[in-house]
Amino acid sequence: MNCTGSSLPETPETGQPLWLLAELTYRCPLQCPYCSNPLNYDQQKQELSTEQWIEVFRQARALGAAQLGFSGGEPLLRDDLEELIRAARELGYYTNLITSGMGLTFERMQAFKDAGLDHIQVSFQASDAELNDYLSGNKRSFREKLEVARTVKALGYPMVFNCVIHRQNIEQIDKIIELSIELESDYVELATSQYYGWALKNRDHLLPSEAQLKTAEATTNRYREQIKGKKRTQLIFVVPDYYEERPKGCMNGWGNLFLTITPDGTALPCHSARELPIEFPNVLNDSIESIWYRSTGFNLFRGYEWMKEPCRSCDEKEKDFGGCRCQAFLLTGDANNADPVCAKSPNHHLITDARNNAEQNNPANSEMIYRNRKNSQRLIATG
Amino acid sequence: MTQTVSPEHVLLSQVPMINRLFRFQWEPASECHVLLYPEGMVRLNESAGAILTHVDGQSSVNAIISKLQQEFPEGGEDLIQDVIDFFTEAHNELHWIEFT
Ligand code: SF4
Ligand code: SF4
Repeated sequence: MNCTGSSLPETPETGQPLWLLAELTYRCPLQCPYCSNPLNYDQQKQELSTEQWIEVFRQARALGAAQLGFSGGEPLLRDDLEELIRAARELGYYTNLITSGMGLTFERMQAFKDAGLDHIQVSFQASDAELNDYLSGNKRSFREKLEVARTVKALGYPMVFNCVIHRQNIEQIDKIIELSIELESDYVELATSQYYGWALKNRDHLLPSEAQLKTAEATTNRYREQIKGKKRTQLIFVVPDYYEERPKGCMNGWGNLFLTITPDGTALPCHSARELPIEFPNVLNDSIESIWYRSTGFNLFRGYEWMKEPCRSCDEKEKDFGGCRCQAFLLTGDANNADPVCAKSPNHHLITDARNNAEQNNPANSEMIYRNRKNSQRLIATG
Repeated sequence: MTQTVSPEHVLLSQVPMINRLFRFQWEPASECHVLLYPEGMVRLNESAGAILTHVDGQSSVNAIISKLQQEFPEGGEDLIQDVIDFFTEAHNELHWIEFT
């Protein structure tokens, strides 16, 4: 991956951790039913201190990290965010704030700008107040987000408009796109939810039918044509892997590009890896260099040795690395299995069953579970 | 499909600047120049890096060519065309560049 040779001779085959995701806190005012935080997040209240975070940034930067995402939970709940942004920017990172926008004032956005923040991604849940507030479990959220998005643009930041697309909002995708264009977003990410953690619990509520999906894609393409040459807005639509016959090359390969640090300092190769039955290292005990190159957790699924059939002898393994380890574990109970999204997997029926179920008018037969402390505690208690 | 719009021509007198969505910098750990943008990064080859180093929102394409000729006297005649091609693509297709 290097332009001019590698500076780390002992492990030349491993890519650099170019992307650092700093999950500053699990605290969040919203309760999205597809949240990617672990189900038991309420058990993990420890957060790294300002100095500890800055040390993480410094070490990862030395290993080549160039993109830094401040995420959570809601990163705005950290009072030291300005300070963290300033330190990251001084180290040379491109700094991304990934926020729900809740509670973000003009003054604070100005302070972030002064600290050197490069970009803000605002997440929406839907295009109107009623559905947005229903999905986020918060009554004021929509109005606040609109205000924040306008201020982001007014301050001259590039803006990514992010909206997780699923069964409950997919039919208003035209309205969502119109809103994103009206807000003059630079990039619009319409990503269908991925079924880990909370989203897997709520899958029957979230997985769209094939017909819904096709219509949504066609709508997105129509808007793309419409704004071509007139607007800079780039529309990105991410199809759920449940409707594919081959898995995604998840995270560009295990421990190859992405490094996530959770609030308490646990280092993960992807943000849902905490759901795997693996002990991951913590930055409080080990250097990032040793975590990235030498820890058991980060080496577990590097290369192809760990694979089982049908992946092991498959000629497509260099394309998709056998798919997502979290999905393989969550659906089949064994993280070494092929991602069941793959049509070659003997467990592929787990995916087609879910698809078939999504063809019904009312596929869910229980209530939607919001991501909040009460539900987290309940899930911890029931294992 | 036929192309109906002929690509815009880059004039030597135009002054390029880097699109505000991108940040250009040297990456010590990768030993190359990169363009960073929201949640993404392009690693640049040596010639793209050398050209963009001189894009400061003040210098015209012509001025940039002269500077590069001093830096790379071995570049010869090809250098001028290479720089023009680069700016054409960087402006029309990749949107890395805007003209002031
Ligand atoms: S997905 Fe929703 S609930 Fe989860 S951290 Fe993001 S804003 Fe909060
Ligand atoms: S069998 Fe495994 S390696 Fe082959 S395409 Fe399917 S998931 Fe990828």
